Amino acid sequence: MNLVLNILTVCAVSAGAFFFMAGTIGLLRFPDALTRLHALTKADNLGLGLIILGVLLRVAEPLIALKLVSVWLLVQLSGAIVTQLIAGVVRQRGLNA
Amino acid sequence: MTVAFAFEVGLAALLVAIAAWAIAVRNAFTAVVVFVVYGLLLAIVWVTLSAIDLALTEAAIGSGLTGALLLGAAARLRPTETPSTAECPSAILRLAAALLSATVAAALAAGVLFLPDPTPTLAPAAAANAAATGLGNPITNVLMAFRAMDTMLEKVVLLLALVGAWSIASDRLSGERSDPRRQADPDGVLAFFARLLPPVGIVVGIYILWVGADHPGGAFQAGTILAAMWLLVLMAGLTVAPPMSCRWLRLILVAGPVVFLVVGLGGLWMGAAFLAYPPAFAKPLILAIEVAMTLTIAVTLGLLAGAPEREW
Repeated sequence: MNLVLNILTVCAVSAGAFFFMAGTIGLLRFPDALTRLHALTKADNLGLGLIILGVLLRVAEPLIALKLVSVWLLVQLSGAIVTQLIAGVVRQRGLNA
Repeated sequence: MTVAFAFEVGLAALLVAIAAWAIAVRNAFTAVVVFVVYGLLLAIVWVTLSAIDLALTEAAIGSGLTGALLLGAAARLRPTETPSTAECPSAILRLAAALLSATVAAALAAGVLFLPDPTPTLAPAAAANAAATGLGNPITNVLMAFRAMDTMLEKVVLLLALVGAWSIASDRLSGERSDPRRQADPDGVLAFFARLLPPVGIVVGIYILWVGADHPGGAFQAGTILAAMWLLVLMAGLTVAPPMSCRWLRLILVAGPVVFLVVGLGGLWMGAAFLAYPPAFAKPLILAIEVAMTLTIAVTLGLLAGAPEREW
């Protein structure tokens, strides 16, 4: 049972790290602000979500699990809002560079 | 070389590189963004050193609130930026600045490298007397009991800083602030965020204050989170900052230092010493001071940082 949990954790955290890497590469390589924002939010949503999923399997106390999930939800919320705000400024000023 | 060691070396190198970037970059806005990144990385360094209290403070104040303050300053300085980067100080001035910086850096490095071994520390004494207050977090013990005088003076300094900022603020700030730029779209994304987040943020702030007794947390971190929630609502234009003359505002501003002073003088009156808590009531008294301090810190920091310009 423990082995299965370990394997699942390693898989989820590795997948999360992969999404963070993909998001970072996208941030560096994508041509304009809007596509770069798109890459960044993917890292936040999926990358952090998978890492927290992996860590959740190791947590014994429900309170800590609740905190971890709240962290993910809050990061997702703030990420989505900030992305909207930046995209709004980009669109307003027409600086799609 | 273990993975943890490699991570620490990489983190330290990254931190130095980011610090150099923040200094070298010419554009004020970029410098502020790099400074915020530097603060967040520094918070991770504190976590790796198991100094969670410091990490919380660094992330909340060093990076978050100072970042907001500097962003506002950078926005207001934008019109003067191009002329100021065009002019170049004289060679002597630059050489003197470089010499001064190098001397300070060398003195700090020497101070760290030539620390006596074993390093003098009061940590065992603080840990040994932890039971006296009934608090489980040694940092809170030091801040609120063993070095309570420093914490009290810190609050007074914070208040003086606000008085200083007020005294040089333009007169328009003494009334209701109704900056037309803050009349944000009431159905916009920011207004939505400012309605959604504060209930969560206020609960988190109170939680951080409450767990500060036994776990990392405390009045300063909690106050900063509450201030951030207030700033968010101000920035979204959902409310305006109260005028300086507002009675309740001034009462909250002095609440922290006053409660601290009253408890301190009470200790003197009880016959022990200034700021000596009666052992039976140590924890409730400390809690009362912390609650008053949290309110004062939240309002002071919120007013100091002000709502940064939304001109991005």
